[in-house]
Amino acid sequence: MMMNHTLKSQCKVNPGTRITGKWHSNKYMIMKELGFGANGVVYLARHNDRQVALKISDNGMTITSEVNVLKSFAKVQGSGSLGPSLLDVDDWQTSRGPLSFYVMEYIHGPDLLSFLQQKGKAWMPVLFLQLLNDLARLHENGWVFGDLKPENLIISGPPPKIRCIDVGGTTIQGRAIKEFTEFYDRGYWGLGSRKAEASYDLFAVAMIMINSAYPKRFNKTTSGIAQLKEAIRARPELQQYESVIIKALQGYYSSAGQMRSDLLDCMSDDKGAVHTKGNTTGTKTNSKKVQNAHQSQPLTRQRYRKSKKKRGWMEFFTIALVVAFLYALYIFLKLQ
Amino acid sequence: MYTGKIRQILLITDGCSNQGEDPIAMAALAKEQGITVNVIGVMEHDVIDEKGMTEIEGIALSGGGVSQIVYAKQLSQTVQMVTRKAMNQTIQGVVNRELQQILGRSQTMEDLPPEKRGEVMEVVDELGETVDLEVLILVDTSASMKHKLETVKEALLDLSLSLTARTGNNHFSVFVFPGKKNNVEKLLDWTPKLQSLTSIFSQLSTGGITPTGPALRAALTSFEEKRSLRSLLSNDDESYFEESV
Repeated sequence: MMMNHTLKSQCKVNPGTRITGKWHSNKYMIMKELGFGANGVVYLARHNDRQVALKISDNGMTITSEVNVLKSFAKVQGSGSLGPSLLDVDDWQTSRGPLSFYVMEYIHGPDLLSFLQQKGKAWMPVLFLQLLNDLARLHENGWVFGDLKPENLIISGPPPKIRCIDVGGTTIQGRAIKEFTEFYDRGYWGLGSRKAEASYDLFAVAMIMINSAYPKRFNKTTSGIAQLKEAIRARPELQQYESVIIKALQGYYSSAGQMRSDLLDCMSDDKGAVHTKGNTTGTKTNSKKVQNAHQSQPLTRQRYRKSKKKRGWMEFFTIALVVAFLYALYIFLKLQ
Repeated sequence: MYTGKIRQILLITDGCSNQGEDPIAMAALAKEQGITVNVIGVMEHDVIDEKGMTEIEGIALSGGGVSQIVYAKQLSQTVQMVTRKAMNQTIQGVVNRELQQILGRSQTMEDLPPEKRGEVMEVVDELGETVDLEVLILVDTSASMKHKLETVKEALLDLSLSLTARTGNNHFSVFVFPGKKNNVEKLLDWTPKLQSLTSIFSQLSTGGITPTGPALRAALTSFEEKRSLRSLLSNDDESYFEESV
């Protein structure tokens, strides 16, 4: 998105500046700029020897609206939640007029894509399972994150934990999505509305998974799912998750929990891994084969469950037999 | 809750007007009638010239709206952002006036302590979701815009997608200038969905002149016709949000 330059210069604060709140008179020392978005600039600041993140905007409305979201996050999730915790809200009286700001916990770490690049792909499912868990809680409380994208996802730690640093797009369920980024927006791909629903976020999660294999993203050529399916099949590291990604893209999941358990199934399914190995050789020449493999994947999972069930019965009989034998022995001893 | 509606003109252009009355005066006239004028300047690789830039900012300023200069590529996102921002501005204006009535003097949202603002903001959000919206889109089809029209069309369909996700009703109308015969031509009459735009839009012929002023005047007339038609039909007094700020 195009940055409004007048906005940026207005909120430009030099390192070393001391900011004192008009209402609560807390003092903050600006250390450096962390980043800027369409609605303001975020700084690293120091308050009583504690590092905090401070967001300034000349638009009081966006500050108030984001503060509302952070407050309701705190109410439902407690600490260690997806978003940063809110510390202070205030105005700063400058010579050019008042600027609204809020102060939040400073979440430090690499963003999702750089983390995956540094630490390897093994972390991918772990982080997505974490993310889906957090999203499930968020959705249960009537919110939809909206502008979900890797730039906004920070891996803090250790131990590594996925956190989200920009809550500007968070919307009450059932309303229209406030903020979005085209690549992660199902409306842009012609695959759904911009109504705030759990499935809107899950579409974005699927796109972030695709994004992890295509760090530079790609442009839309045709609307619809065909291009995305193609993209998934062209990358071997995505094929293990293909069924989950495609289901999420098509709006099949109505809750983050469903997607999470399917993702877990993908992980524990050894046969799935064998399939993907076969697929990697197949994709270049035969896309039909891949389709077959994709269709057969749920079947193998079913078979796996069935065999598990059978094993369950075996266990039951063995235990029953042992108990019966012991009881018979007990009776026999009593009779003597 | 409000039963009012928000009326906006969205002007998409790439430069300076060169025919007819002053567009800035027309924008001021719109504002007086409670209609906000927003302007999006579309540029290619180069920057829009100084004169065009001043005019774009001037129209939005006197029209009480928002202006933004973008590359054609970013148009979709900007169109929806500008519309939403302007809508929120209008709603905030209304809410501020309500606050003044309740609290007296020149109290606005900024004079409230941050803790109280949150509750007011919830009202603004709620209104933004439920209020009825009328957007008249005015597209510059002068020669230099020719190869950007496809992008404009996509941006408008995208806008329709964003706005129809709201609970409130939407009405759109599309005008292009210059038209085939006149300065301005109505491409699409008031409709709740922009989807019907697809077929006509790509066959547009482009002209040489840029009569921005007359186009804005025609847009105002269209709003008036809509209002009088509505009152004839339903015979009830509609309350409109009036521009403030």
